[in-house]
Amino acid sequence: MINATIARITARGLFGRRRFLLLLPLPLLLVGLAVLARALGAPPAAVAKFVIVNLGFAAVLPVISLIVGTGVLGSEIDDGTLVHVLAKPLPRREIIVSKLAVAVVATAVTVGVPMFVGGLVAGSARLGIGLAVGCVVGAFAYSGLFLALSLLTRRPVLLGLLYVLLWEGLLGKLLGGTRVLSIQQYVTALAARVGDTDLFAGQVSVSVSVVMAIVFTVGGTLLAIDRLRSFSVAGETS
Amino acid sequence: MSTVTADSATAVAPAVDLRGVSRWYGNVVAVNDVTMALTAGVTGLLGPNGAGKTTLLHMMAGFLAPSRGEVLVGGAPTWRNPSVYRQLGLVSEREAVHGFLTGWEFVLASAKLHRLPQPEAAARRAIDLVELADAQDRRISTYSKGMRQRTRVAAALVHDPQVLLLDEPFNGMDPRQRMHMMELLHGMGEAGRTVLFSSHILEEVEQVSGTVQVIVAGRLAASGDYRHIRRLMTNRPHVFTVSSSDDRALAVALMGQPSVTGVELDAGGLTVRAGDYGTFTRALPKIARGAGIRLRRVLPADESLESVFSYLVES
Repeated sequence: MINATIARITARGLFGRRRFLLLLPLPLLLVGLAVLARALGAPPAAVAKFVIVNLGFAAVLPVISLIVGTGVLGSEIDDGTLVHVLAKPLPRREIIVSKLAVAVVATAVTVGVPMFVGGLVAGSARLGIGLAVGCVVGAFAYSGLFLALSLLTRRPVLLGLLYVLLWEGLLGKLLGGTRVLSIQQYVTALAARVGDTDLFAGQVSVSVSVVMAIVFTVGGTLLAIDRLRSFSVAGETS
Repeated sequence: MSTVTADSATAVAPAVDLRGVSRWYGNVVAVNDVTMALTAGVTGLLGPNGAGKTTLLHMMAGFLAPSRGEVLVGGAPTWRNPSVYRQLGLVSEREAVHGFLTGWEFVLASAKLHRLPQPEAAARRAIDLVELADAQDRRISTYSKGMRQRTRVAAALVHDPQVLLLDEPFNGMDPRQRMHMMELLHGMGEAGRTVLFSSHILEEVEQVSGTVQVIVAGRLAASGDYRHIRRLMTNRPHVFTVSSSDDRALAVALMGQPSVTGVELDAGGLTVRAGDYGTFTRALPKIARGAGIRLRRVLPADESLESVFSYLVES
């Protein structure tokens, strides 16, 4: 299902682009703030709320997922290199699943490791593991969503930002019903359960979180596969 | 506008078959009811800017759905059918390549994605074909435009496809590389492959291929050997340069012929306009012999692809 050649080219393309450098400051900031807060005597609950939930789950995870998720496919669509991959007798699911795998691994490592460290600093190894698990689940769901957006629209980054900032950030606070479609809420709920902590809690149940995370991942992947089957090269160039 | 055809009848199944293909974007018709069958050999796809050549190539390559009609390669539809790429190679007009890979890595990746049994050997053969071995270990981002083009051609050829589609393949190549590419395409055609390339440089089409498909305003305006097409367009004047032992006397004799529409006499000889190619070329020797005039030279003055193309665009 995963094509090693596509995965390798995708990974090299992702890590070779300058915008991947944007990924580094946010996780470093996360760890730095957690360490600093604890050093200054902030209680674990405050570190968990302001650093882990408000910064980690609400900003670092979705933003890095967005950069990576749109980078693995959207960049190749923009610069036209995707045609080289598509002009091969490969099932389209193989292409999408390979790119999804790269996006998930890159996001999970980039965010999961600093979140694990943040959990250690704020509380315990168990909390750290819970946060890391939450990040892995979030990496799957966000990557599925942003991969599909890359094929549904010419402006996946803009739409992705609108989802993260408006839907999850603003509407999620004002309208309770919108939280059912908020990946951030699933991640928070699952991290709290696995981390066995009451320092923070999700606004949706664990079972709903699990089901909806699967829906986002599988649904986004299937949608992306279908759209890739009908991928058109636009424009009359000569 | 009617389509002019000059194909010889053949029972060979076409490698590329377009049947009543149209493509429109909203109210704009990019390709209009094109029927075309390509068999082994090199064919040039010719037309002015915006005529629909690239749209047509994209449909042949499975990167665009026809709004109406069928596009078949090897008998199978190209749209939503990745398996056609087993026998199809594509060099698109857009230059994008993965610049962070070396030429070797890029071509090898293509071989692996085709799941060839010996990808290294296939990549080596393709790179040798385009004469890129010396630069194969450099990153593509350091390549010249022509080298990138050759890299893309190597990647498209790596699985030795039955059908090769190239959109403006000579762009950015120096004359030597251009000549080499023309030889390569010739060789593929002679080896029984079906090669279709578009070009806006008429001399290229003329040099690489005697067979053309001319697209004008989204329609197939002409199809076949371009010299035959020229002759078949009997509603257009054909111009000949004639030199003889007595040009003035020959001019007088020719003016009496129904197939001749005009004669100009100058220092270099006669410029004769004929309304019917076949009738004129058959009558000329008889007229000259009857008048006791010796013909020294008879040249069709407007047999270049440029003139064929101009006529088609104007009509």
